[in-house]
Amino acid sequence: MPAVSKGDGMRGLAVFISDIRNCKSKEAEIKRINKELANIRSKFKGDKALDGYSKKKYVCKLLFIFLLGHDIDFGHMEAVNLLSSNKYTEKQIGYLFISVLVNSNSDLIRLINNAIKNDLGSRNPTFMNLALHCIANVGSREMAEAFASEIPSILVAGDTMDSVKQSAALCLLRLNRTSADLVPMGEWTARVVHLLNDQHLGVVTAATSLITTLAQKSPDDFKTSISLAVARLSRIVTSASIDLQDYTYYFVAAPWLSVKLLRLLQCYPPPEDAALRSRLTECLETILNKAQEPPKSKKVQHSNAKNAVLFEAISLIIHHDSEPTLLVRACNQLGQFLQHRETNLRYLALESMCTLASSEFSHETVKTHIETVINALKTERDVSVRQRAVDLLYAMCDRSNAKQIVAEMLSYLETADYSIREEIVLKVAILAEKYAVDYTWYVDTILNLIRIAGDYVSEEVWYRVIQIVINREDVQGYAAKTVFEALQAPACHENLVKVGGYILGEFGNLIAGDSRSSPLVQFNLLHSKFHLCSVPTRALLLSAYIKFINLFPEVKATIQDVLRSDSQLRNSDVELQQRAVEYLRLSCIASTDILATVLEEMPPFPERESSILAKLKKKKGPGNLPDIDDARRNVNGSTEHSENTEAPKKSSPSLVADLLPTNRPRPASSSPIMRSAGTMGTTHPFTDLLNLNATPSAGASLLVDVFSESPAPASVDVCEENFLRFVCKNNGVIFENQLLQIGLKSEYRQNLGRIYVFYGNKTSTQFLSFSTSVASCDMLKTQLNVHAKTVDPLIDGGAQVQQMLNIECVSDFTDAPVLNIQFRYGGTLQNIAVKLPVMLNKFFQPTEMTSQDFFQRWKQLGAPEQEVQKIFKAKHPMDTDVTKAKILGFGVALLDGVDPNPANFVGAGVIHSKCTQVGCLLRLEPNTQAQVKMYRLTLRTSKDTVSQRLCDLLSEQF
Amino acid sequence: MHFMLLFSRQGKLRLQKWYTATAERDKKKMVRELMQIVLARKPKMCSFLEWRDLKIVYKRYASLYFCCAIEEQDNELITLEVIHRFVELLDKYFGSVCELDIIFNFEKAYFILDEFLMGGEIQDTSKKSVLKAIEQADLLQEFH
Repeated sequence: MPAVSKGDGMRGLAVFISDIRNCKSKEAEIKRINKELANIRSKFKGDKALDGYSKKKYVCKLLFIFLLGHDIDFGHMEAVNLLSSNKYTEKQIGYLFISVLVNSNSDLIRLINNAIKNDLGSRNPTFMNLALHCIANVGSREMAEAFASEIPSILVAGDTMDSVKQSAALCLLRLNRTSADLVPMGEWTARVVHLLNDQHLGVVTAATSLITTLAQKSPDDFKTSISLAVARLSRIVTSASIDLQDYTYYFVAAPWLSVKLLRLLQCYPPPEDAALRSRLTECLETILNKAQEPPKSKKVQHSNAKNAVLFEAISLIIHHDSEPTLLVRACNQLGQFLQHRETNLRYLALESMCTLASSEFSHETVKTHIETVINALKTERDVSVRQRAVDLLYAMCDRSNAKQIVAEMLSYLETADYSIREEIVLKVAILAEKYAVDYTWYVDTILNLIRIAGDYVSEEVWYRVIQIVINREDVQGYAAKTVFEALQAPACHENLVKVGGYILGEFGNLIAGDSRSSPLVQFNLLHSKFHLCSVPTRALLLSAYIKFINLFPEVKATIQDVLRSDSQLRNSDVELQQRAVEYLRLSCIASTDILATVLEEMPPFPERESSILAKLKKKKGPGNLPDIDDARRNVNGSTEHSENTEAPKKSSPSLVADLLPTNRPRPASSSPIMRSAGTMGTTHPFTDLLNLNATPSAGASLLVDVFSESPAPASVDVCEENFLRFVCKNNGVIFENQLLQIGLKSEYRQNLGRIYVFYGNKTSTQFLSFSTSVASCDMLKTQLNVHAKTVDPLIDGGAQVQQMLNIECVSDFTDAPVLNIQFRYGGTLQNIAVKLPVMLNKFFQPTEMTSQDFFQRWKQLGAPEQEVQKIFKAKHPMDTDVTKAKILGFGVALLDGVDPNPANFVGAGVIHSKCTQVGCLLRLEPNTQAQVKMYRLTLRTSKDTVSQRLCDLLSEQF
Repeated sequence: MHFMLLFSRQGKLRLQKWYTATAERDKKKMVRELMQIVLARKPKMCSFLEWRDLKIVYKRYASLYFCCAIEEQDNELITLEVIHRFVELLDKYFGSVCELDIIFNFEKAYFILDEFLMGGEIQDTSKKSVLKAIEQADLLQEFH
């Protein structure tokens, strides 16, 4: 085909483009552009009406200038005028300009929509296509509002041209992604499914994309597509390559359509119908067989297209996870690719195999490739391929190969790219713990991690090694010896000093018998690192010293001298100074017995899962991760079954982000020592350093368990089921079983609240000795006063009694009071405990403010600890009105027009408590673009605990 | 597909098509960041990389890099062929396309891309269908 005449030669445009290209400097270019802009402006403003051609030319020039990266603030009107031209090229340029430079200027949108409406109704397929393209390109809410209901009818109308059908299908797809709520479902959906049978493969391709998107959102409505998709796929894979004519791509039959059909089938579990299922299995087998056939062409396009279909088929096989033969075949196929000369295929094979490793059917087969994968880690030149190899090793790790894999990862870590070190550290830490039979190996591994990549070892990792050493008596001596040796190195990482300080402080006595590691040697060794360390580490070391005084009376004088020195007693850091003063005093006045009690060895931590994994689980939601194994696989990126909608998508990069909370506990300010300086005897000096709780509870409970939440006051299980439903509303049923229904009506003003509790007897028998009490944990008692009026001890069958609770918020709080109810029913005593929905946000007063004030406040609250941000998956469909109602119900004022992006929500309010008022700003950003609907919630308040609590509460609501 | 970019070895952006709403400022930042990453890669490296929460698929043709951003679960290899098919279309239309064709006829390049991809999805994979649509448009303008 000869080159078509290239446009109608907008000479002026070509000259202008050449001029720009000839510009020697950025300045010259800007000068030339400004000249042109002035020229165009004067033409547009001139008295003489411009003809269509000139208008088109100038609009095109403006577009060019914009695409070069310059701002354009005029010409929109002229572009809109072009839309109503009846000359195709003028219309086309007009649409292009609009698509690229959309402006939410409402007047223009109306005009644009009018033009689109005319073209959609023109019955001219070329014009209709232009209009549909424009809607899809802009894809804004306004467009969706105007056209979402019209496009389905164009799509399924019998007389619509094929090319228009294709555009309509994809246009609808785009609108569904941006504003799903505006696309009406209805009778057309059934007819769309039948487009899978259309004769025109272009129409089928476009329709498959649309159906896949719709089926991801409401699988049940599109179930009928399964059989049609299988039939279509079967016809394609069994066709001779020439049958499909122009849809054959480098000897591969309709690769795009095949991939899309396979993708569509991944929205569903394996077909239930046996015949359909076997037909699909046949298709998949055929695809796997074709991979073994000699290539029909040497061109990379041929192999890419063929393998694209193959990989998609493997994804479907993994998704179904039900046919062992297919899984193993897939695995062997990928095994071949692992050694392929094409880097792309090696990369994809490593990636796919990761998900295969999590299937019980193929896990063992994946493991057989371990040497190849290790080799890839060593020899691949591309970091992104090496990253995949790390992921796969992690995924295939089990007890049988853990030592080998951990060793390989450690040795890779020495030279690993900085960008992936932290992730490798976490993976090694998780594997070492999970598969440690021998805890000396675990300790060695973690110390190696610190030695090799200390900077990348996060708190979670070194907290964890300490927890494990404290809990396992058999490893304590070994740990003490090993850290002591590791600390001999002239330069060791601060994290090692922390672990070393802690462990020697606890277990230094286990190695003190050896003169080479006598108490004084140990102390001198630790203290030689002291001055090079940061404040938190020094604080930890001071605690280790006081522990030494208890363990080794012979070094008491030496240590007291150190504590007494000016650099400690008068340290400018208040935390260090206080520790030095208190420890010194303690060592002077306390008897040996008291010292021994206060500085006793740490009690074992309750057996709990690793905080590293806990973080992961928290993200995934409870219930989905029954054991560490699954967590491992999820980190690593298995594709989840689509019916498991709560399941995460694979996200190796976010792993790191997730494991490392931005608001770590800060020992210095929230240290229990500081808060209970007078009653130091009951406070364990070490706990604060390892305190993972954001709100340490005071006093003795710290000794018991620094990790767990405050215990619930009642022995009955506290019902929290409906608790979160009350975050954004005040009235409703909080509890119900066969006997009793409890309803609430609440009102709040400033820092005061009143709850009317209604107890309804659902039986026909009287409740006797009915009594209630409200319990709060110690901490909450100081933060929230709850006063309950008495309640009638008898409730007749079918009757309801009411109780009033008065509430006063003293300071910000996190926990919630528990309402305990006791009564006799038919001779048995009933105990019920319900978590009362008294949350911090109830004490909000909304604050209206201007955009300017908002941003000023926002900036003032810019310190890292004042902001809490959370990104989470939407649990409910995104609906602007519902979201607005929830935010208002949360208690803040909803500020319109503050956020430049109208899809975002911005709110402001003040939390009132008796002690203080805390101003709070929030911003909620929905991301409707992603396959999985996500939100990002940001809270800024002047108090970190408030930000955190509010964020936790609100993020559960969408 | 989230977006497609065409840029030269010198780091000049020649074509940009966004299939998700993105603020101008973010676009510029993303383009800058990606150009840096892609241009720094060596020829034998693989054509895929993870970037933010997207996957990048890119390929170099002569002096131009074609670069697509797709989602986690999208098919990388077929995306490579989307790029190739687009190059073929440009080639057919311009007759052995070169960077200059795309610079001077940027609007045509956009029209061709629009006929081929819509909303980030393939509209028609047949080369004939796409070219027919473009030719028709060209004929329309010649009669005026």
